[in-house]
Amino acid sequence: MTPLLEFRNVTKIYSKGLLSRATTVALDDVSLRIEDDQPTIMTVAGESGSGKTTLAMLLLGFISPTHGQILYKGKDIAKLQGEERLAFRREVQAVFQDPFAVFNPFYTVDHLLSVPIEKFKLARSKREARDKMEEALNAVGLRPEDVLGRFPHQLSGGQRQRINVARALLLKPRLLVADEPVSMVDASLRATILESLRRMNREYGVSIIYITHDLTTAYHVANSIIVLYRGSVMEAGDIDRVIRDPQHPYTKLLIDSIPWPDVNRRWGQTEIKAREQDHGSVETGCKFASRCPFVMEACRKAPPPLYQVAAQQAAACYLYEKQPVLAREQLSQVLPV
Amino acid sequence: MTPTKPVLRVIDLQVSYYTEAGRALALDRVSLELYPGEKLGMVGESGCGKSTMALAMMRMIKPPGRIEGGQVFIDDVDLMTLPEAKMRKARLSLISYIPQGAMNSLNPVLRIEAQMRDAIKEHLPTMRDAEVQARIYEALESVELRREVARMYPHELSGGMKQRVCIAIGILLGPKVIIADEPTSALDVVTQRQVMETLDRVQKQLGAAMILIGHDMGLMAQFVDKVAVMYAGKFTEISPVRDIFTNPLHPYARALIESLPTLNNKGVFKGIPGLAPSLINRPSGCAFHPRCSEAMEICRTVTPALIEQRDGRRVACHLYDQPIRRADEPAMVASR
Repeated sequence: MTPLLEFRNVTKIYSKGLLSRATTVALDDVSLRIEDDQPTIMTVAGESGSGKTTLAMLLLGFISPTHGQILYKGKDIAKLQGEERLAFRREVQAVFQDPFAVFNPFYTVDHLLSVPIEKFKLARSKREARDKMEEALNAVGLRPEDVLGRFPHQLSGGQRQRINVARALLLKPRLLVADEPVSMVDASLRATILESLRRMNREYGVSIIYITHDLTTAYHVANSIIVLYRGSVMEAGDIDRVIRDPQHPYTKLLIDSIPWPDVNRRWGQTEIKAREQDHGSVETGCKFASRCPFVMEACRKAPPPLYQVAAQQAAACYLYEKQPVLAREQLSQVLPV
Repeated sequence: MTPTKPVLRVIDLQVSYYTEAGRALALDRVSLELYPGEKLGMVGESGCGKSTMALAMMRMIKPPGRIEGGQVFIDDVDLMTLPEAKMRKARLSLISYIPQGAMNSLNPVLRIEAQMRDAIKEHLPTMRDAEVQARIYEALESVELRREVARMYPHELSGGMKQRVCIAIGILLGPKVIIADEPTSALDVVTQRQVMETLDRVQKQLGAAMILIGHDMGLMAQFVDKVAVMYAGKFTEISPVRDIFTNPLHPYARALIESLPTLNNKGVFKGIPGLAPSLINRPSGCAFHPRCSEAMEICRTVTPALIEQRDGRRVACHLYDQPIRRADEPAMVASR
């Protein structure tokens, strides 16, 4: 069956300036797929500069890959036209990080929600449009009478972010890209937003790509995870396995640095080697080698392939070279839905 | 050595913002004590008054905001009565403030050392240049930045490095109280940990008291000694960090703790129902009563005071109007 979304060996290289030959590999040979019939929540995690937002931009078709292809329902999204392009625009929705920056302050919430309804001709009458708006708002736990007719500045950050989710939901999307949707929202409201994302997945069958640096929330909503470091996949697999028993030294460092709200679990068992430093532009080996406490000679020579360390876990690290190699194109095999 | 005298005493501090919609009471007569070397975490939803309290202590509230009363003592100096010129000197030398998103507060067209020199010269105009330079290097080294950083511009530094420069500026003059307002909210987890470790070390070296403002309870659990929970411009509970995480007393503190994702409660989402209260039309009685699962009749009418319990914890809730009986003590008939 044709997958809903497929990344085929996607690489994105940014070059600096017109004449300079300095380039940055923002995403390095990433392959993944999301099946059409099994809605899932996949986390893409990493620090800033890991390429996670580049991945979102590529997926939404805002930028195009340097190498490789991105297919939506089997068709290259760069080549979509007319009806198909419109369908793609409707079926793939996004929620971004900053709920304060995405609204036009001069428009009320009604306007914001009615534009997509008109644009995609979702309702035949005003009455139907209103019903659809109310249904979407109810689905994210907002009372329509609390928010309709209001301006963005009259709403809290949590309400605004839920309106974003409602707006996406209105279009009955197949896929939602959520780029750090809760990082600017109060901790007490995060739970509500995450809950509406999960309902969207379970009750409306929407697949979600949850992009974040916060592994705590990722652990709570997602089924699978891909950990990126400077554009490369370091580790991937079932989220429970990866969070509870990380294998790659980078993932270990990340998870050990999470400040868990638990006075009995201290952070910082693993030493942080190398403070932020200038990343050398020419690198032949593993990108994490300069910060890795277990670095070996092989690490500096060639980038490690993905090794399958468990049925649903793979790590790109020579520590596991006795395990079978997992081809980059096969990454989705270790990701549960 | 246990310090016996608090370095910081805030007494009945009150701040209002005068808006078109009416007067918003952002800080409602709050009091606080802090001992040298102590680290206090101040948590609460956005808009609850955390940053207002920090700014008020620095006397940096701008109109339409107004400090309407209260005292802020550092040792025996009441900052609220100082003339403006003296207050300028007190900032950075007695009390320093590392603002939210501090990395964006650096001047983009000045080298780091120029910005640090300004701060020193303002307070110590007679200090010789060589000495100033030495002080700058010392501060940079204490936050683990290379000396070369002094010659750089902000854009040449990463977010974590800029945040560390801001910490270096904050400690240049050895303040007695450091207020850090969400110092790591824009940073990645690994960088966040490095910055917090740096902050912890310099705070210990100086022996300064510190207030960490934020809403990341995880960070609080890892970093502070005491937690003060603020709601609608008042403290609801002030307790040692271990107590607040294992046995929160105030229903709001409890809801806050229960809403946290941990490793053991996967997939359980427990938000706090209802909305943060309006500061203009604040609910009568206890401001939390409309959202409280244990609200009683008295909560609607009488504002609970912050009462010290027997174990030294302080809580403002009618559930604890009578001091809690410890399990190992015989029951006493409470008479007041």
